Amino acid sequence: MIIVEWLLLLFLIVCAIAVSISKNLLNSVIIFMSYSLVMAVIWVLLRSPDLAITEAAVGAGVTSVLFFLALRKIGQMGHKDEGEK
Amino acid sequence: MNEELSAIWQSFFNWVMGIGPRPENEVIPEEPPPDLPFTQRPKDKYSRFHEATLKERYSQWVEIHGLHIFSLLYAGLSVLTCIVIVSLLLATVAELPPFGHERNPANNEVIRRYVEHGGHETGAQNIVAGLILDYRAFDTFGESAVLFTAAVSVLMLLGASRRNKTDDGTSPHTDGAGRNFLQRGPPELSLHAVRRDDAILRSVATLAIPIILMMGCVVVINGHLSPGGGFSGGAILSTALILAANAYGFDKVHSFFSERTFIVSSSTALMIYALSKGYSFFTGANHIHSIIPKGTIGNILSAGLILPLNICVGLIVAGTLYGFYALFSEGDI
Repeated sequence: MIIVEWLLLLFLIVCAIAVSISKNLLNSVIIFMSYSLVMAVIWVLLRSPDLAITEAAVGAGVTSVLFFLALRKIGQMGHKDEGEK
Repeated sequence: MNEELSAIWQSFFNWVMGIGPRPENEVIPEEPPPDLPFTQRPKDKYSRFHEATLKERYSQWVEIHGLHIFSLLYAGLSVLTCIVIVSLLLATVAELPPFGHERNPANNEVIRRYVEHGGHETGAQNIVAGLILDYRAFDTFGESAVLFTAAVSVLMLLGASRRNKTDDGTSPHTDGAGRNFLQRGPPELSLHAVRRDDAILRSVATLAIPIILMMGCVVVINGHLSPGGGFSGGAILSTALILAANAYGFDKVHSFFSERTFIVSSSTALMIYALSKGYSFFTGANHIHSIIPKGTIGNILSAGLILPLNICVGLIVAGTLYGFYALFSEGDI
């Protein structure tokens, strides 16, 4: 189990670096979603399921949706939406 | 001796003021036109002789070297500030007690009280719920009030333009006349209108929304028995609402969750929270016997006020988060 924890923590670090160096904003938000999801798993492993549920619902759900909304407002959602506008 | 000094000072003064003897091999440039601003005059190495006053030379010096010195100073000061802050923080970290030590200040009698007596004092099986909604219920009330205030502020800011326009008799959410400045592009190309024909999204939403809603209700209602509670359950409920709004359009959600529903449910929930918890604090502080039964630990109807408070917080959070999405997306709940 300790190996799994180390792997998840490593994944967190990789995600955090990838969010900041990713050129595409949509990719950044999706990586950030996966960061929150892995963080929720780590909360479960740390025996705090309350935080895990909140992290999964708020971090991976609502925050990402609001980020997508912001990306849509500034026209960064990808080529298809650009063409439609 | 004195004359020597005064001669040196005189020559220095002449040099500073730009007058005095010039070198023999000097090539005297042509005088620039006097009405030319000094920045456009030829800047050769003898141009200081043509400067009229010290002030003009000073301003030219600022223009040439000021930015360079400022950027150097900026970089140096920022590095210095970083070093100071980092060393302060590192010094603080070095002073911290070791992680998980039994003599740490966090391991005091409060946590022992919560763990040992939390069960029969609050009636909640989930100690965290008993903590945040019974012992520390006032903090949670403040958080809910902050969320509600934020949503109402956004509603006042972004809903004002819509309300001004709908005074003309146009419908607020069926045509493009009510859209505010946040809506990009022409109204017929707005994204939720484009997305309304998405068959995949609609069928997935039809499957997923009841499950998400049920999950949210379970998390809210079982907040005192299992992990979860009002905040996370409300967030889950709001994601179901957001999914419904994306799949079926905002008009469908508007039919059962309008701005009026949001205001009424949120303020009612806040009022219930404040009154019931105020009663609980009043009786607890004055040693009056409270009429609220604790119930048996583990039953769904137990833990005194925690279940209704969870439902209140869930309503506020669900309404607020969906309200944020709808307001920033459409300028309208």
